[in-house]
Amino acid sequence: MFEMRLHGRGGQGTVLAAGILAKALVAEGKHVVAVPQFGFERRGAPVAAYLRASETPMRAMTNIYTPDCVVCIDSSLPRVVDIFAGLRAGGMLVQASRLAPQDIAVPPTVATVAVCDAVGIAREVFGRPITNTVMLGAFARATGLVSLEALDRALEETSFRDGGLVQNRRALALGHARTVVHRIGQREAA
Amino acid sequence: MNEVVEMTAPVAHAASGRIAPDHDAVVARKEPKILVCDANEAAAWGVVLSRPDMVAVYPITPQSSLAEYVAQFVADGVLDAELVEAEGEHSVLSVLHGAALAGARTYTASCGQGLAFMFEPYFRTPNLRLPIVMSIVNRDGITPQCVWGGQQDAMTVREVGWVQLFCETVQEVLDTIVMAYRIAEDRSVMLPVNVNHDGNYLSNGIVRIELPEQAEVDDFLGAPDVNWHAALDPKRPMGVDPLTGGATGPGPALFVGYRRGHCEGMQNALRVIVEVHEEWARRFGRRYAPLVEEYRLDDAEYALVTIGSMAGAAKDAVDAARERGEPVGLIRIKTLRPFPLDAMVAALDKVRAVGVVDRAVSYGWNSGPVHQETLAALQYCPHRVPCLSLIGGLAGADLTQAHFERAIAETARLLVSPCPREPVWLNAEDR
Repeated sequence: MFEMRLHGRGGQGTVLAAGILAKALVAEGKHVVAVPQFGFERRGAPVAAYLRASETPMRAMTNIYTPDCVVCIDSSLPRVVDIFAGLRAGGMLVQASRLAPQDIAVPPTVATVAVCDAVGIAREVFGRPITNTVMLGAFARATGLVSLEALDRALEETSFRDGGLVQNRRALALGHARTVVHRIGQREAA
Repeated sequence: MNEVVEMTAPVAHAASGRIAPDHDAVVARKEPKILVCDANEAAAWGVVLSRPDMVAVYPITPQSSLAEYVAQFVADGVLDAELVEAEGEHSVLSVLHGAALAGARTYTASCGQGLAFMFEPYFRTPNLRLPIVMSIVNRDGITPQCVWGGQQDAMTVREVGWVQLFCETVQEVLDTIVMAYRIAEDRSVMLPVNVNHDGNYLSNGIVRIELPEQAEVDDFLGAPDVNWHAALDPKRPMGVDPLTGGATGPGPALFVGYRRGHCEGMQNALRVIVEVHEEWARRFGRRYAPLVEEYRLDDAEYALVTIGSMAGAAKDAVDAARERGEPVGLIRIKTLRPFPLDAMVAALDKVRAVGVVDRAVSYGWNSGPVHQETLAALQYCPHRVPCLSLIGGLAGADLTQAHFERAIAETARLLVSPCPREPVWLNAEDR
């Protein structure tokens, strides 16, 4: 079982990203439960979504408290929200940021940091900082859990409010191409 | 890989209006159509498959996306129904009264405060014996202001006379909406049916489900059979709902006839619900306990009683406890109204103690509504079974495996010490 938590801000498509990822994972034969965090849906407010994937069926329709991976699609959010809460030891962070992965402050539970300048890519593709599909590309690159092709097909089944299918496909591909993955496990363990 | 995507394609675009009517190809492959969706979308697909003639909706959280999916399906031509966007829930159900009396198969969905505003026509619907199907996307009550899940809405109206079914999974929501029409329109029942699914964790919880074939559902459901008994029809004029009752003339006996007939329809529904679920399993291969599900109960010494989506995490907790050697089982109520007395007594009779987990509050009894229902059923058990009330999952609060492990421990204690009068509030320490 693989458990992850997505962080973003209202309007960036965090919950939609979880739904797209769920479609892609199911297409590749996984079982998935994706549940959004229930709060006050307001543009700009911190939001989160949970997703668990497994080779076998799952029954619990619940939130996730000890994720294996945290995906943060907003670069300023870590200053507001403890995005690492409950992260399991050896966990992964996939962060939207212009910084190099070595320059991102992480707790000792983080063994892998993947970084993608999602805002830069989104401005290039959409002219606006809508980072969800960019960060799905980053997630695929960092984890290898889902193929870029499956995500690309899942985009075809999605209705987008911001940008069209062509733009979102490009955002996905660029997110995948321009993600840097840094493994810090050995140094931490030593 | 390609096959999966091909299976997905015919249905996945419907919300955006790009449905591909790829019927023959899918039938030839005998592969189910796959959807990856939440229960609100699944319910809307259940509505599509049931082919109602008229749908009336007013949006309210957490039902809103269900109303939007149905409206989109009508706009896209996926669902060939009259859609009435009424100015409020009172009108929504009143519109459907007229439609049903004119012979239409009808659907609506609401919850929480919307259901409260709907209460006046909601109250009349079962007494008119109209087989309307309505989803309640269960929401907790206000105040304090709250837009999240909880079953206070459905529990509050459980004595109004609707059939009330509660689903555990997203797939069960879709399947039960279709089955609900067969139950409602059965001539020995003729009652409206609420299909309940939990707000938040089901309404917005995304999983993989299978979409039955339209032709097979058509064959299962048959043509609408709605107003043979009471009709707004110039060809067979009748007084629908005339002044009845009072203390003189035939009034008292007539009124008793209506009430007794309603009760008989409810009791008939118990049989019909079982038959319809069995036929569903035969035709579509998915079997659900129609009234009361027993999980690892036969060799259990004590059990949890659950209702709705919480059962998933609760079953995980039961499995974990079993691995530790704790003899616990689980009872899930699918049909709350009519109350499945025989099935419940048969289940309760297998154990020596039960803990009932409610997602709603019975203020009058300082416990939960399902706890009260269970206490009433225990009167018919040959032996005394202590019965603890546990309340959790209010206002969107999570009920995790850890919460149910605590519920199991509290219930096990009943074997050795007296049953507390106070309910256990499962989320009281959550932060």
